[in-house]
Amino acid sequence: MILPTVAADAVSQKTADSAPMVIFENVTKRYGDAAKPFTAVDGVDLTVDHGAITGIIGRSGAGKSTLVRLVNGLEKMTSGKVMVDGTDVGGLNDAGLRGLRRQVGMIFQHFNLLSSRTAFDNVALPLEIAGLDRAAIRAKVGPLLELVGLDDKAARYPSELSGGQKQRVGIARALATSPKLLLSDEATSALDPETTQSILSLLKQINAELDLTVLLITHEMEVVKAIASHVAVIDQGRIVEDGPTFDVFTAPKHETTRILLASTSGASLPEWLRSGLKAEPSAGDRILVRLTFFGATAFQPLTARLVTEIGGDVNILAGAIEEIAGEPFGTLVVAYPATPGVLDRAARFYAETGLSTEVLGYVA
Amino acid sequence: MSPDMLFMLLWKSLLQTLHMVAASGLIGSAIGLPIGIFLATSGKDELFPAPMLNYVVGLVVNAARSTPFIILVVAIIPFTRLLAGTSIGTTAAIVPLTIATIPFFARLVEAAIREIDKGLIEAARAMGATPMQIVFKVLLAEARPAILLAFTMTIVSLIGYSAMVGAVGGGGLGDLGIRYGYQRFMPDVMLAVVVVLIVLVQLVQSAGDTLARRFDKRNRKS
Repeated sequence: MILPTVAADAVSQKTADSAPMVIFENVTKRYGDAAKPFTAVDGVDLTVDHGAITGIIGRSGAGKSTLVRLVNGLEKMTSGKVMVDGTDVGGLNDAGLRGLRRQVGMIFQHFNLLSSRTAFDNVALPLEIAGLDRAAIRAKVGPLLELVGLDDKAARYPSELSGGQKQRVGIARALATSPKLLLSDEATSALDPETTQSILSLLKQINAELDLTVLLITHEMEVVKAIASHVAVIDQGRIVEDGPTFDVFTAPKHETTRILLASTSGASLPEWLRSGLKAEPSAGDRILVRLTFFGATAFQPLTARLVTEIGGDVNILAGAIEEIAGEPFGTLVVAYPATPGVLDRAARFYAETGLSTEVLGYVA
Repeated sequence: MSPDMLFMLLWKSLLQTLHMVAASGLIGSAIGLPIGIFLATSGKDELFPAPMLNYVVGLVVNAARSTPFIILVVAIIPFTRLLAGTSIGTTAAIVPLTIATIPFFARLVEAAIREIDKGLIEAARAMGATPMQIVFKVLLAEARPAILLAFTMTIVSLIGYSAMVGAVGGGGLGDLGIRYGYQRFMPDVMLAVVVVLIVLVQLVQSAGDTLARRFDKRNRKS
């Protein structure tokens, strides 16, 4: 039997930060009976780095909620292995699981705060469960409420708080037992964009300040783009693509990733332009090209040079500069005449500068 | 009947009613509460999974609830005699009233607990709570307003049921109404009994509502 204290010692002994916080090894989760099985998670291999913010993104029903619940044993896997900070989750009995859960915080889409408890008492709940006395609880809850910026709302009930404030209470509650790992289940999906940003900043802050590993699941690309250094794309229970967020976003390999990306700004064309797009050019048509700038090319004055190299007949149709995992990433959709001379000059320019390009089609 | 005598009769009957309702309400709820918690938490994939026992307890509760109260009263006379030493009188009447309260209150408690968002149970599990901690720190705390209302409803129903235990000499306001108001053709007694009952029910309901509202933090506005 693994008691909480034993598990805590095991954690402090393992100081090597390079060891992954979570490892999924060929994990499968099936629901239902043999006659009508449903595979929610299908042979997942995934590593969550210590101290990083890792995002798992997928559409609803892709299996991401189930996947994250396998980490703290809220769901039991059908086969495979999940290791959390060196502990095999599948091998724990009930008491061992409760010990593990005290080291793994979790926040939820709908906050799941007790309506009968004040903000203070909600944050105190996991400490009461862990058996701390009243004085020790008071000493812990105050600083936590301060950390999430709610020290003036300690005596408020959840019904008196806004959505963002409720999630801040949820975060403080999840941090109460000083976990090593924070699981976030669509924590910003019920919030408006502005509040989402403030919650994401808070998560980023606690990740850095408390050396807390964060594993978040979401269906929103914006969330991953804003804070995750690594991302895994899940579709129908399988991880179809994973890697550093910047690589996955700038060079998506899988169709699901592209579809999820298409919903974010900058990457999509306006409707009026898309409807007139042709695959093959006819005489007098203009070519539409998407240029992407990142790394070294992001900081050079390439747009001005493009105009001088190709000639003055270039128009800019869409564009955006974003930040992905802290790095700038620009997209520009340009159109110019699809005549041999212009195309040759453009190709030379792209080869020389190393710009990444994609021909979207032709318009009259 | 002189007003003095009417008052004396009413007072004596009111005390009998209060005696029966209070005793059976408290004892019956105390037994019904854990049964209600069990019913709400012992289904498949719930906190204390015991689907077979859950089904059996559910059957017994349904059987008790579908037996008309007056039949219950006479059917359990031997049991009443065993427990109370006699089968007639106010104290004896407490036994069938309690037996009727248990399944009634248990079902109301079950409904109150099932109303609670499953996300709260999941959150508590994710904190490492034991099933018992979930019952006491989450379920009972969150269901407290609903359970208070259920208790109020139980007391009001008991006031109605207690009118029937006149059949076994239980006394009380209902019995007074039947014996004097109906059998002796004294409409003024009947009217007085009804008025007292209405006032009594009103008082119980308002007290229950006030208490439940005080514990309900779901719709507070700052």
